[in-house]
Amino acid sequence: MLRRVIRLSGISKRALSPRLPPILDAVGFTVAAGETCGLCGPGAAGKSVLLKILCGLIRPDAGSVEVAGVDLLQAPQKELRRVQASIGMLFQNNALFDSLTVYENVAFPLRQRALQAGERLAESELDTRVGEALRGVGLLAHGPKMPAQLSGGQRKRVALARAVAARPPIVIYDEPTAGLDPVTTAKIYDLLRRERELTSATILVVSSDIPALLGFAGRVLMLYRGRLRYDGPAGSIADSDDAVVRQFVRGDLTGPL
Amino acid sequence: MKRGLRLLAALGGWVLDRCHEVGGMTLLCAYVGWSLLRGRLDGRELVRNLYKMGVVSVPIVALTALFTGGIMVIQSGIFVRRFQAYGLLGWGSGFAVFREVGPILIGLMFSGRVGANNAAELGTMVVTEQVDGLRALAIDPIPFLIVPRVLAMMLAMFCLLVLGDVIAIGGGMVFGRALLGVEFASFFASFADNVKLWDLMVGLIKGVFFGFAIAVTSCHFGLSVRGGAVGVGRAVNDAVVAAALTIMISDDILTLVLR
Repeated sequence: MLRRVIRLSGISKRALSPRLPPILDAVGFTVAAGETCGLCGPGAAGKSVLLKILCGLIRPDAGSVEVAGVDLLQAPQKELRRVQASIGMLFQNNALFDSLTVYENVAFPLRQRALQAGERLAESELDTRVGEALRGVGLLAHGPKMPAQLSGGQRKRVALARAVAARPPIVIYDEPTAGLDPVTTAKIYDLLRRERELTSATILVVSSDIPALLGFAGRVLMLYRGRLRYDGPAGSIADSDDAVVRQFVRGDLTGPL
Repeated sequence: MKRGLRLLAALGGWVLDRCHEVGGMTLLCAYVGWSLLRGRLDGRELVRNLYKMGVVSVPIVALTALFTGGIMVIQSGIFVRRFQAYGLLGWGSGFAVFREVGPILIGLMFSGRVGANNAAELGTMVVTEQVDGLRALAIDPIPFLIVPRVLAMMLAMFCLLVLGDVIAIGGGMVFGRALLGVEFASFFASFADNVKLWDLMVGLIKGVFFGFAIAVTSCHFGLSVRGGAVGVGRAVNDAVVAAALTIMISDDILTLVLR
């Protein structure tokens, strides 16, 4: 029996205006340790909100969130921080710190995690680990640059290096290839695969690039208007009984969407 | 009747919005104070902000102070000439610069330069998910981002005001000599004999408080940004207006208290 690392049950989140439909409506699923799970859905389906709930950044109005055996909604602040420190997140907008160099951006989570664990991280060890992470994404020579001096694809790779530098057991990728050209997209997914083989981390990836997502994740979830419409193998989603799911995945012009 | 209700609803909405802002700033103050009490402060961020907010502001503050001293002499020149009160020029300029004009003008300049920049920087960090990025790394943004900024702005205002006061008095001496023929020695004697240390202290207390007010308003509006670039622009505008208003209102109160 596989250990469940992520367990969501009955997650609901209302919109700010009561006249609008809920952002998330009774969403529930589990992700096993070491599993790679894809999450897709049209715009405003609630994907990013769901990820932020998983990271403990937003509290849902109802339901329960369990990550690494800890109930995030009941856990004391210290426990919540410990769980957050075990999650590596790649944000849709990269969320690189503008005021820090590429090197400092990647070193940042390593320093903070050492600080939180009360450990001392020697500069030489930090150098080695940042160097490894930057070499992994092919940007070792760009360490002294500022994020503003990089291209979109390079910034995404730095954000990826930062997300995985501390070797977190859970990694969340929010739109890792949004706005990138097909070649850079292929390179990013290649990096994600290499990283997965290296760490065996539990991965949840949100992407609108359906072919790339289906090629990367073994299991796929689809959200539509705040509800979970599909939860199953990536290989069978295109043949789903649900017309909404089929049309979204195939990109058909005609259908209920 | 309907129009009256609409007006009432608009007024109610405006009052609620202001209560929301004041409540948000009060909570931020409490959180900053709590973080400081627990010694939660990032030293590297404090140094970085002190340089960015203090050292980089020196030229503009120096220029403002120089001409502030000049304005004091130009304005008082009419009365100095009429009453032949050349011996009071140093006292009048020093008293006004130390207690009122220095803290207010340097505070407004600091708000326009540093406060606006701070609100824009924090707003952009919110919009580009950098603040969420910090929280996802289990880092509380208040001790990491806000506390160093608040401390840096208070310290920077103190130092800039000391520098500004010295330059303003120097500017007053230069303008006094050039426009009214008052000798440096006479100006300085009038200043040194009449202006008390307490006058300087009152201005410095005001300056540090203005630095705190600018920090809290700019951090609050920066962190409350919603809606991309338009939201950032609105936050900068709100932060500068709120800081100017807070400076003026608190100046009246502090003047009454610190007489």
